[in-house]
Amino acid sequence: MLKSRHLLGIADLEPEEIGLVLDTAEAMKEIAARPIKKVPTLRGRTVVNLFFEPSTRTRTSFEVAEKRLSADTLSIAVAQSSVTKGETLLDTVRNLEAMAPDMIVMRHASSGAPHLLARLCRSVIINAGDGMHEHPTQALLDAFTIREHKKRLDGLKVAIVGDLLHSRVLRSNVHLLNRMGAEVWTCAPATLMPADLAHFGVRPTTSIDEAVEGADVVMMLRIQHERMHGHFIPSTREYYTLFGLTAERVTRAKPDVIIMHPGPMNRGVEIDSDVADGPYSVILEQVANGVAVRMAVLYLLAGQEGEAD
Amino acid sequence: MSQVMDADRMARALTRIAHEILERNRGTSDLALVGIRTRGVPLARRIAHSLKEINHADVPTGALDITLYRDDLMRHAVGPQPLVRRTEIPFSIDDKRILLVDDVLYTGRTIRSALDALIDFGRPRSIQLIVLVDRGHRELPIKADYVGKNLPTAPKQSVQVRLHEIDGEDEVLLQGEAA
Repeated sequence: MLKSRHLLGIADLEPEEIGLVLDTAEAMKEIAARPIKKVPTLRGRTVVNLFFEPSTRTRTSFEVAEKRLSADTLSIAVAQSSVTKGETLLDTVRNLEAMAPDMIVMRHASSGAPHLLARLCRSVIINAGDGMHEHPTQALLDAFTIREHKKRLDGLKVAIVGDLLHSRVLRSNVHLLNRMGAEVWTCAPATLMPADLAHFGVRPTTSIDEAVEGADVVMMLRIQHERMHGHFIPSTREYYTLFGLTAERVTRAKPDVIIMHPGPMNRGVEIDSDVADGPYSVILEQVANGVAVRMAVLYLLAGQEGEAD
Repeated sequence: MSQVMDADRMARALTRIAHEILERNRGTSDLALVGIRTRGVPLARRIAHSLKEINHADVPTGALDITLYRDDLMRHAVGPQPLVRRTEIPFSIDDKRILLVDDVLYTGRTIRSALDALIDFGRPRSIQLIVLVDRGHRELPIKADYVGKNLPTAPKQSVQVRLHEIDGEDEVLLQGEAA
């Protein structure tokens, strides 16, 4: 079972809990192949999707997962909500809670926002991305996708390349892959490399060729233009030349390498179209697996609604 | 704890059930077996094997996990969720005569869940129920079509089916005192 009532980050999860989510997701995946893609498990439960940041993939993935489990869902996008009228985060959520939802899936630009709500609210909180901190369901679906292809996580060389500084996907993936025994290499220009990365047991490098050499998995991260308030890279053209994943660079990896990207992709910046659409790419599998993994998380946390910690 | 069925009697009961299936359905055309996890699955495989020996025809066999359909799942939402395992029905159940297989028939709630689950996979022509042990105490209007052994029990007793595929040996045990 999961020890916490909430899913706030991978940092709180034991390897057994990660294994339980992945095993449960494996059982959930089959539901997508049925003529009726729905099970009655969360009938009568209400899940609120509260997104304070734009998201297409993650929000729709959670919505599909909730609907496949028969939960009632309510999605609130910040642009139409009273947050724009000056309401605080806590007031927004307390008002929503007055309508008695069972779970709140939330994304927020501030690191730690879901942790605050988890302390102050009755509902189960699922973190769908908080600032530059964590994005736990993304790391879980990445691990699920890797495990499907490689049958294991331990001992694999995983290269994570891109805008590491602004990436919550990186942080969740580093926690998860470390915990499951993978060897993680990270690669970025010095300006986009978090200073303390080596303390987390990863191997930082500024050479993509070194990172990709002999890799089982190459995970490309997006250049997050919207978070760059300063000059981190001279130009996207230069970034592509030095750090972009091209078909030529893929040849340095293992012959059965898989190429991943959490999306949305900047084609011709961090990844070449030939690679993104090529034979090693599992990018669309990641999206499909996201639904199964989120169903697993919703199911496992639903059992703990009544508990208070 | 007392043994109420040994390996020989279990094998004979399953062979008898295979003959009854052939008699009632006049052969194996359009038949398919679906075992309910955990122990219904090896039982379904054994029955498929018997049907093949008797009638020389393969009957498709699948595995059904009913966890997501349980009626007690979200009633008292405290504590660990039951483990969800994979459902594998690698054939269309539309217009098939489905033979649903479980080890013990008790309250009937598992079968109710299994019927709901099966209907989500298609529209079978009929569903028949096979159980190794019927121990009584139904809480729902459900009845088995093929029974390995009718076993009168008290509600406080527990019936344990052990199969060599999972438990290392074939036997049925009855635990506790009859009140």
